[in-house]
Amino acid sequence: MPVVATGDAATAGAPADEVRAREGRPPRLVEPLIFVLSIASALLVWELISRGGLIAERDLPSMSDVFSALWDQMHTRHFWASVAQTVRGWALGLAVAIALAVPIGILLGSSDFLASAFRVPIEFLRPIPSVALIPLLFLTLGTQLRSEVFLAAFGAFWPLLVQTMYGVRDVDPVALDTARSFGVPRFARLYRITLPSAVPYIATGIRIASAVSLILAFTAELFMGLPGLGQDLNFASANGDTLQIYVVAVAVAFVGLAIHLLSTAFERRALRWHPSQRTGTA
Amino acid sequence: MNTRAYTAAKIGAEIAVPVALLAAWQLWTARADSQFFPRLSTILVEFRDLWLFSQFTSDVVPSLERIALGFGIACLAGIVLGIPIGLSRWLRLWTTPHIEWWRAVPPPALLPISIVLLHSIENRQKVAFIAFFCFFPVLLNTIEGVRGIDPTLIETARSYGIPRRERLWRLVLPAASPQIAAGMRNSLSLAVITMVLAEYFQGTNGVGYVLNISKNTYQMPPMWAAIVLIGVLGYLANVLFLLAERRLLAWHRGWRRAEAV
Repeated sequence: MPVVATGDAATAGAPADEVRAREGRPPRLVEPLIFVLSIASALLVWELISRGGLIAERDLPSMSDVFSALWDQMHTRHFWASVAQTVRGWALGLAVAIALAVPIGILLGSSDFLASAFRVPIEFLRPIPSVALIPLLFLTLGTQLRSEVFLAAFGAFWPLLVQTMYGVRDVDPVALDTARSFGVPRFARLYRITLPSAVPYIATGIRIASAVSLILAFTAELFMGLPGLGQDLNFASANGDTLQIYVVAVAVAFVGLAIHLLSTAFERRALRWHPSQRTGTA
Repeated sequence: MNTRAYTAAKIGAEIAVPVALLAAWQLWTARADSQFFPRLSTILVEFRDLWLFSQFTSDVVPSLERIALGFGIACLAGIVLGIPIGLSRWLRLWTTPHIEWWRAVPPPALLPISIVLLHSIENRQKVAFIAFFCFFPVLLNTIEGVRGIDPTLIETARSYGIPRRERLWRLVLPAASPQIAAGMRNSLSLAVITMVLAEYFQGTNGVGYVLNISKNTYQMPPMWAAIVLIGVLGYLANVLFLLAERRLLAWHRGWRRAEAV
């Protein structure tokens, strides 16, 4: 598989099966056991650092305090409303990005001419950190959901666009030529050959775009005063409420983890038929 | 269409489209006369006045310094920790949950915590914040790069009695370097983003600070000049890194090409 534009860790290197076979499988229960032990010991270290006074409890509330405060807040309406608002920003931003980036990526990827015509603007706009747009959105679109969605969609658009373009360009030319010489119409070629072979790239692009979308939805709330977990963090920070700062950060991390697991599962599912996901093949 | 005319048209489009977009921007802003969207020419004049070079040392240099320090620390830590984790299955099992956790945390969530923990809104906090989030892409790619090394190579080196130190320097590090470079490239663009985030949130100087202040005082031209500068920084960082990578990994590309033939 060619190295994908993002240099993502998962796409290069030796096939996982080969590595696993080489290293020999550990006994069945060892892996989950280490997983649990590793997390438990990290939480314990946190507790000890704070209770033991290595870092003052004023600066680092103990793990048990943070989690019990989080547990209490999980019984409030406000907490779940904040979570829902942040998730809504993520979902809308990602949806807009997919709706725009995939068709445009297919268009630019399948035409050599268009790709070079828009190469410079894309190469220039892509690395611009979306956070730079926050003050502009704040002043023009205002403190509204559309600012959050715009920012999330803008950030998520670029990685997905580039992945889609790479995917479309990576189509096996022999397959396309064969279809053409058999008289398969243009649209059918796109639907039957180009799209399926671009799917792995698009799925990876969606996973990356999903993470970006969440970061920017949260950032928009933090900096623009939109309701959601970001705003909760901003209030806690402005009030100097250290415990609450940690509670919100942990809550956001859990939302991030959930979205990460969701998008990884989606990617795997979308690629189930793809050779890279098959096990037991030679 | 013959090929030469087609190539010429392609190159023409590659130049014409960006020029047309910029011209459209200038014309649109001149006609719209909006206070939020100053003319392109106004932005460029402001850009020159601010950054070339009246506030260059006061705001651009501190930002660049933070990026360089944070990125440098992250690369060093990521490689130094990534190699042993990549080589040892046990370390990998032990560290994976933590790496996955921190990777899922949106960076701005840690901004207030970094201030509380470090008692600082100065360089210490900014550099630590940048370094922390730039660390993970380098770490992950180093781990994957080391894991992907052909085991026969490592075993051959071992059976020839090449000492561990030499093995690491001459075999593991070079073999993993293409992937480490990919991680570093991701980190570098992340460094620009986290720099802006940290300075925008709390700070006393820097490009992100100028962005925040000009927003708060409704000064559009400096705000646009800051947006353009951040864009230019992100773009230049990427280009410079690609150039450096091409030079440093020249042996790798050549080798790959030879293999493909």
